[in-house]
Amino acid sequence: MSTTDDEGTVEAFRRLWAADAVKIVALLVVIYGAYLVSGFVLGYSLRGQLNSLASLTFYIGVFGTLALALNLHWGYTGLFNIGVVGFMAVGIYVMAFVSKPLYGSGGAAQVGGLGLPLPVGILAGMLAAALLGFVVALPALRLRADYLAIVTIAMSEIVRFALLSSTFQQFQVPHTLSGETTRVGFGGGSGLILDFPDPLLALIDVVGLSGAYDRLVGLVGRVVPNNPDPIVHSLVYGVVLLGVVAVYFWLLKRTGESPFGRVLKSIREDEDVARALGKNTDRFKTTSFMLGCALMGLAGILWLMGQGAVTPNFFRPRLTFFVWIALIIGGAGSNTGSVMGGAVFAAVLYQGPLYFQNLVTSVFQPGEAPSSFGPAISPLISNVDPFPFLLYTLDSVRQLQLVVMGVVLVWLMHNRPLGMLGHRKETAAAIPLARPREWGGEPTPPAAGGEDDE
Amino acid sequence: MMSDSITRSRPDVTDTPLRVENLTKRFGGITAVDGATFEVERGTLTGLIGPNGAGKSTTFNLITGMLSPDAGTVTFDGEDVTDLESYEIADRGLVRTFQIARELGEMTVLENMMLAPKGQRGERLWRSVLPVARRGVVEQETELLERVWETLEFFEIEHLAEEYAGNLSGGQRKLLEMARALLTDPDVLLLDEPFAGVNPTLEQRLLDHIHELRDQGYTFLLVEHDMDLIMNNCRHVIVMHQGRILTEGTPEEVKSDEAVIEAYLGGDV
Repeated sequence: MSTTDDEGTVEAFRRLWAADAVKIVALLVVIYGAYLVSGFVLGYSLRGQLNSLASLTFYIGVFGTLALALNLHWGYTGLFNIGVVGFMAVGIYVMAFVSKPLYGSGGAAQVGGLGLPLPVGILAGMLAAALLGFVVALPALRLRADYLAIVTIAMSEIVRFALLSSTFQQFQVPHTLSGETTRVGFGGGSGLILDFPDPLLALIDVVGLSGAYDRLVGLVGRVVPNNPDPIVHSLVYGVVLLGVVAVYFWLLKRTGESPFGRVLKSIREDEDVARALGKNTDRFKTTSFMLGCALMGLAGILWLMGQGAVTPNFFRPRLTFFVWIALIIGGAGSNTGSVMGGAVFAAVLYQGPLYFQNLVTSVFQPGEAPSSFGPAISPLISNVDPFPFLLYTLDSVRQLQLVVMGVVLVWLMHNRPLGMLGHRKETAAAIPLARPREWGGEPTPPAAGGEDDE
Repeated sequence: MMSDSITRSRPDVTDTPLRVENLTKRFGGITAVDGATFEVERGTLTGLIGPNGAGKSTTFNLITGMLSPDAGTVTFDGEDVTDLESYEIADRGLVRTFQIARELGEMTVLENMMLAPKGQRGERLWRSVLPVARRGVVEQETELLERVWETLEFFEIEHLAEEYAGNLSGGQRKLLEMARALLTDPDVLLLDEPFAGVNPTLEQRLLDHIHELRDQGYTFLLVEHDMDLIMNNCRHVIVMHQGRILTEGTPEEVKSDEAVIEAYLGGDV
């Protein structure tokens, strides 16, 4: 009733808002709410709703993880890596190489793999991405930032072309101790069929939740009678991805809030100073770079391992810049910002236009769009009839998406160069840096819990 | 014990921790440092003076491994450190500050200070991340924090602790830089024009700090333009001119040296 009560509520709310997790959850609630509400208002089908939520979650997950990994490179260490896709590609391709079943065990695949279990493949993929990072780091980290940028983007293209080349399309490797060989390869330009067991179902099986999963399918089957399985599958996979984002977040927060993270920050600010204080900056840069690369490799694996197939041309440099936009939206240097940037990018810039197109087409059924720019623009000029032009624009949403992204990027650089959260203060120390209580005149704030030492 | 590595350890060695012999550096056709030879005695405040372009800063860069010399050796605590990387030299206790204060602007004063100490466990990634190992890191951070606050108080900049270093004034940055360098437990501190751009009050405060620290046993080598300041505060002065050591000795000796007067008042250029 009274104003003090109100102030108390506002204060409590402000304190709640200060927690990073709350910001992220609130943003997700807004995004999902916006998707759901606009869908319901326009009478989108339930199946369509669930599908769009699932793919939204998927892209929030992958862009969140990628932005977090890139934030370690750029936001924390100041390493200008524009070869993100290269590490993703190595991750998924090595994972496929290790985990695809042996050639000739039936199925449509042109080449086989080593037939090892999925977790081994995932680890191998991450390790390979980290090793590639090490190889890139060896010469490049000694150079200034822009040279690293050139080396990384060149590397990512080299990876793509190597995977496209016929040399690696298929070859023989020994797979037993007695030296028997098996046909493996990367499939060249026609791509690689990922014919290992479904990773999500395998995971659910391992943790012993198959029963629960089946019941969930049955439950969803009541509201979506026709073939509920793929919907549940993609929804659950999305949730798993969000879990991975949480793990990345935890890992990178701990990395940042430590003496290690402090040295990374000092390298970003002025490497000579770090060296003058006795820090072997090459070691720190290499470790940070390799960790980020491994995380990018894992993100590549998570993005593609459920897709059935992978082609080298998926890994065009464009994708790297998507991750950069996500990071810049959120604000480089902040883990919370990275996740939020990833979510906003996925919801608004990446999935948004397509969702909008689907929504409008399915609700208004506007009919055929003009096939080219001429027929689209001439009615507008001759009869002041904007309809064909609007239809044409709607039909070209995929292409226009890149234009929109460019405009947003320019706007951000001018108006919010520090990202959504503005100037972020994520202190690089394992403890709160308040004055120790025993001495000094000023009262110290209460020691903020032991959340860091667990 | 970890505390050994982060508290002061002072190996007992010779009375001249820093020896520079015949140091030479050429940039293209210019010989910036030309056969410089000198020693710095333990527990002293030694001044290195000379007109602009005399090669003082280059000498500093050569000693601390930021540049590699074309000839000559640098010996620190009896060890030849000429070819070591700058971080290895700093790690051995020969630490420098910069002519233009190089604070880490986007880090707070506290972060700047916490960065400096040597032998921090948490600089290993796995120790900082893995749950049980992190406890040791937190423990050490708590000890470091206490030292950091003590040092901040010593330099009377504790009120700036939470501030971003980039927001400090020029003089405050100089204080921060010296405080930060001290936290590495150096044996010898090389101060490159610590008073440039510092107002007289702060200058006096910095000098007081330096004298107090010298009394505690630290060794200083001080680059400075300002003849008077050096003359009044150093017991031993080295004069450089055009890359060479012109002369060295007590302030009185140096002041009355003809060559020095000529170099400063301009003779041959």
